[in-house]
Amino acid sequence: MLERMETRKLDIPVMAELFARGEKPEYLFWVGCAGAYDNRYKKVVRAFAKILAYLDINYAILGKEESCTGDPARRAGNEMLYQMQAMRNIEIFKSYDIKKIITICPHCYNILKNEYPDLGGNYEVINYVQFLDTAIHEGKLKIDPSVFADAKVTYHDPCYLGRGNGIYEKPRSVLKKMTHHLVEMERHKSFALCCGAGGGQIFKEAEKGEKEVFMERTEEALGTGADVIATACPFCMTMLTDGLKYKGKIDQVKNLDIAEMIALSLHL
Amino acid sequence: MVKQYIFVFFLLVTLGIFAYTTNRIVRFFLLTKPAFPVRDFAKRFKVMFTVAFGQTRILRKPLMGPLHALVFWGFCVILLGSTEMIIDGIFGTDHVLQVLGGFYDFMIASGDIFALVIGIAIIIFLGRRLFLHVKRFEGIEMKTISHIDAKIALLLILFLMISLQGMNIAYCEIKTLNSENIAGVYPVSQLFLGLFTTTMESTLRFWYEFFWWSHILTIFVFAIYLPYSKHFHVFMSVPNVFFSRLEPLGKLPNMDNVTREVRLMMNPSMAFTSPAPDAPVERFGVKDAEDISWKNYLDSLACTECGRCTSVCPANITGKRLSPRKIIMDARARMKEKGPGLVKYGKTYDDHKSLIRDYITEEELWACTTCNACARECPISINHITLIIDMRRYLVMEEGAVPGKLKKTFSNIENNGAPWQYSPEDRLLWAKDLEIRTN
Repeated sequence: MLERMETRKLDIPVMAELFARGEKPEYLFWVGCAGAYDNRYKKVVRAFAKILAYLDINYAILGKEESCTGDPARRAGNEMLYQMQAMRNIEIFKSYDIKKIITICPHCYNILKNEYPDLGGNYEVINYVQFLDTAIHEGKLKIDPSVFADAKVTYHDPCYLGRGNGIYEKPRSVLKKMTHHLVEMERHKSFALCCGAGGGQIFKEAEKGEKEVFMERTEEALGTGADVIATACPFCMTMLTDGLKYKGKIDQVKNLDIAEMIALSLHL
Repeated sequence: MVKQYIFVFFLLVTLGIFAYTTNRIVRFFLLTKPAFPVRDFAKRFKVMFTVAFGQTRILRKPLMGPLHALVFWGFCVILLGSTEMIIDGIFGTDHVLQVLGGFYDFMIASGDIFALVIGIAIIIFLGRRLFLHVKRFEGIEMKTISHIDAKIALLLILFLMISLQGMNIAYCEIKTLNSENIAGVYPVSQLFLGLFTTTMESTLRFWYEFFWWSHILTIFVFAIYLPYSKHFHVFMSVPNVFFSRLEPLGKLPNMDNVTREVRLMMNPSMAFTSPAPDAPVERFGVKDAEDISWKNYLDSLACTECGRCTSVCPANITGKRLSPRKIIMDARARMKEKGPGLVKYGKTYDDHKSLIRDYITEEELWACTTCNACARECPISINHITLIIDMRRYLVMEEGAVPGKLKKTFSNIENNGAPWQYSPEDRLLWAKDLEIRTN
């Protein structure tokens, strides 16, 4: 049992303010649109911000200066809009002399890391899962193994971390620090089934078919008998949480982001 | 001597037809657009050795994967034997490569074993196509002709193996009968000695010649037929893997013509360095056969319609009309249809049809989640998504044909920098009242 928790107010450093004070943070934490506006995913960003504070990371966010990376526009065919967004963002990164970017959203990660270089934006882009994995390896995260010790956890690979960028093992290694019951869905790692949100799908109605993709994936996840479906992408979270609601399982099965699980295991 | 003349005649006919076909395909390639510069040869050879020769992607299917891998490796070995037959045919020599000694024995022995292995595998493949319902082989794009094509090619391969084995057995029998030295080692054929139930050398010689000619002529027929069949794959898959995109699957290629326009918009003084206004206007994205890249076309020629892509496509699994295999097959079919006209009448040729709509519907294109399962699964590194996105690019930037809700998403991004209608002022709301444990 923990003794009474004492808390302090956490202020999130904003790039413009730091610069005004003549400070230059090491990392830009790229929050992403879902992190800024999606009510469920805001909790994930809050959890990750706490972890950054816990690790005493020298970072800042762009705040009001952040703008869509252009990913949904690009994948929906609007290359013009994407490039305008990208060039605008690259200008801002340049003005703050940004070298390292931490992202939580895999779509932002992919586009910043792989696609901005074509427009002259070269940065060291780190996905939060890699970041957490490194912190664990360096022994900087004192995880309380009892929090999820008895939970059966299954991990849903986001396409843009997994197939898109070959990150399969790190999220699993992070999860294994918290649970002994990591169970795999039938289709996992490079075989994983998409949640149905990518390529602009989340912003439009699905085409006519027999079933929604997110239902197919939710059923597969439920088939493992897991208590927790761990996700690492805002859109996967929207889709699978919706799936759990439709299945009437939202009270029995939790859909948590890896960052939230870590924050909980650190009792932040 | 007569045998040599006949052989050279057939060889020349085959090479002639093959040259005609190659020329035709090369001219279609000349119609295509650039994809990416081919660099990083070390990486390309590595990919070719693992994915093509190592069959790593094929082996992702635990049952049929190993069977296909055996057929592929067997083909590689038997190809060496076929080369020897062509030399023998032209120069009237007999088992000319036996000068290679130990390597020759190894080569012939593995070819002899593989002929049996491939024969068995092909019978399994045929049986599966004839008697089992394999979902992967069905779909709107799989017309009767596709199924017939598959069976013809399998039968040809089966006949190649039967004739090879027949030739080997007759050869061993003749040599044994005359107590002569056998060139090479034949572990399988030796088991079937006595198959022809005769000790007459002339009869055995007849069978040897019969199978020798059957084998080599089937190879010629195969070589002529392949480029017009899905089994063109046999020639094109290794080059396709060699020329594959080496970037992470998540990365989309940049549109440099758009970059020029955007830079111009952001910095009008650059107008002086941009191309003259009378330069031909380049179409954004892919509408038709002439807009696809050489890699898209190479992909389409290498595709063997195995359906691994479609079987893992989330849209297809849930009953949407999108099938990644169809996208690739349509690109090939459309080039076959429009290519000759484009070659003959030039780039302005118009047959009042297009790849988009006459072959591929908007509904198919908008169903893609860009999850890359198709590209990850393709055993020969076909990239479906770049083509799908290029067609979306055409629809959006040339026609403004966008599903209503996405139109709204675009205007949100344009006006307030987020796909949803929220103000940038609210971007920090998530950080309000945040507290952290201190003890």
